[in-house]
Amino acid sequence: MPVLCRTGCGEKAVLKRPKTGDALCKNCFYHAFETEIHYTITKGELFNKGESVAIAASGGKDSTVLAHVMKTLNKRYEYGLNLMLLSIDEGITGYRDDSLETVKQNRDDYEMPLKILSYKDLYGWTMDEIVAQIGRKNNCTFCGVFRRQALDRGAAMLNVKCIATGHNADDIAETVLMNVLRGDIARLKRCTSISTGSEGTIPRVKPLKYTYEKEIVMYAHYKKLVYFSTECVFAPNAYRGHARALLKDMEKIRPSCIMDIIYSGETMAVKEDVSLPTQRLCVRCKFVSSQEVCKACVLLEGLNKGLPRLGIGKSSKAKKMLEEYNSKLEHSAKERAIQDLNDHKVINGSDKCSSKGKSCKSGLCKSKKKYTEIDNHVNKCCNSDCSGRCKCNQSNDKENEGNTKINTLLEQYGINESSNDSGIDQNKLDVPNNDIVEDLLNQEEDPCSGSCGKMGSLQIGF
Amino acid sequence: MSQLKVILQFSGGAELLFDKIKKREVELPVLEKYLPQINKSEWSIRELLVWMKDNLLKERPELFLQGDSVRPGILVLINDSDWELYGELDYKIQNGDAIMFISTLHGG
Ligand SMILES: [Zn+2]
Ligand SMILES: [Zn+2]
Ligand SMILES: [Zn+2]
Repeated sequence: MPVLCRTGCGEKAVLKRPKTGDALCKNCFYHAFETEIHYTITKGELFNKGESVAIAASGGKDSTVLAHVMKTLNKRYEYGLNLMLLSIDEGITGYRDDSLETVKQNRDDYEMPLKILSYKDLYGWTMDEIVAQIGRKNNCTFCGVFRRQALDRGAAMLNVKCIATGHNADDIAETVLMNVLRGDIARLKRCTSISTGSEGTIPRVKPLKYTYEKEIVMYAHYKKLVYFSTECVFAPNAYRGHARALLKDMEKIRPSCIMDIIYSGETMAVKEDVSLPTQRLCVRCKFVSSQEVCKACVLLEGLNKGLPRLGIGKSSKAKKMLEEYNSKLEHSAKERAIQDLNDHKVINGSDKCSSKGKSCKSGLCKSKKKYTEIDNHVNKCCNSDCSGRCKCNQSNDKENEGNTKINTLLEQYGINESSNDSGIDQNKLDVPNNDIVEDLLNQEEDPCSGSCGKMGSLQIGF
Repeated sequence: MSQLKVILQFSGGAELLFDKIKKREVELPVLEKYLPQINKSEWSIRELLVWMKDNLLKERPELFLQGDSVRPGILVLINDSDWELYGELDYKIQNGDAIMFISTLHGG
């Protein structure tokens, strides 16, 4: 006995909306889905007539649906927007090749210009090359930081007014929950805002902020939109993975919890003295940064100097590594130290799963049990294709664990842990005093999923 | 006992858990023989998931199943309609039904 559409249109219902519990037919669902996004856009005043807007396109479900709906609404409601697609090619063999094909399909289907920017062009390194250099352990860090800035650079090249990303309601709710779970009240304060961006930066807007993931997927299914999905599922043992699983479990029992959590995040009062680091421009690349030198530049410096861990650990460690690098430039010990560090990294990266001789299809490492205690955060998604594509969050614990090993190595090479900063050539690289990792991981509420699945790097849905 | 053929479809990344095959036709055995302990004669989605776990899902079933159902975040469509409209696990499978599993958990 078919269920009829709740609107009384006489058609057979095809889905139950999680947000309202209504059973709707296809056409009534499309209408409700698109109209709600239109309402979100107008109420949030996301765009102004005549503006150019870049849609961050990853080829995934969120950005594909976003592009489709933006095209539809722009025409239907005469937004007068000049829409274009902006895609980042991280240089991940087998991953981006496929997803970029999907993005090109979007370009043709929606008749929007497409700009693809590669890490290779922007930074001189592909993710494949970075992984070869640092192992897989921290690649999501590089990927997330580089991608975030790559979008800014792309948007500047396209001369757009803002970047629309595909973050959906589930993503936002997850981020609210994560910020609560991490005690990150400063970010809790702004993570629900529909438009982010400060002076001198290109704002990011989230038209799908109130749109459920289930509806995005059902919309794409019924509209036959083609999108790309990664093998990488979030790691069940990652902190964020737990938060996400919890959210999905709760959503099953009470679907309105997604909206309720967003509402809580939006209306929660935060003490006045909680503030975010002020944003400024990186002295090197001139893109937005909370430090004098931005994270992308620090990571790049590390790569180019053969000290790829630079910028991954605590900044105090980075400073020491750099100090060591600069002061021992003529000594062969340096080569040995670096070699050791690199060897160490390769081991760390590979023993997660590729040492088993096959890649983990699920995106989850088979050897995870060994790591659950110390390595609670992530990289169980050690699939080489993942590279930040999973929903994994990279917690600081892991970084600290890595630092311990590095410290041991540094000690072996006679570097004094407690040495002060005197005598450092600050011109070489002004490593900021704040905890880079903390900032890296939390800025923009992104774990690596952005690309990797979710909010991590704005990739997510990009 | 008449035969029971169903079409299983996988997308959104769910196919990656099933040898990357997006569509397959399967024939379900007589339920009294396959699961004699439950003492039922009609297949519902609940038993289908058990059969899938035994026959199709080779590794990491926890990415697809949770408890006696699918993992939250995996959508189920029965003849292209949301299973939430059709009793979910209790839906009685009919010969020729198309059951689709779409993952929302895989990133893009
Ligand atoms: Zn209707
Ligand atoms: Zn910079
Ligand atoms: Zn990852």
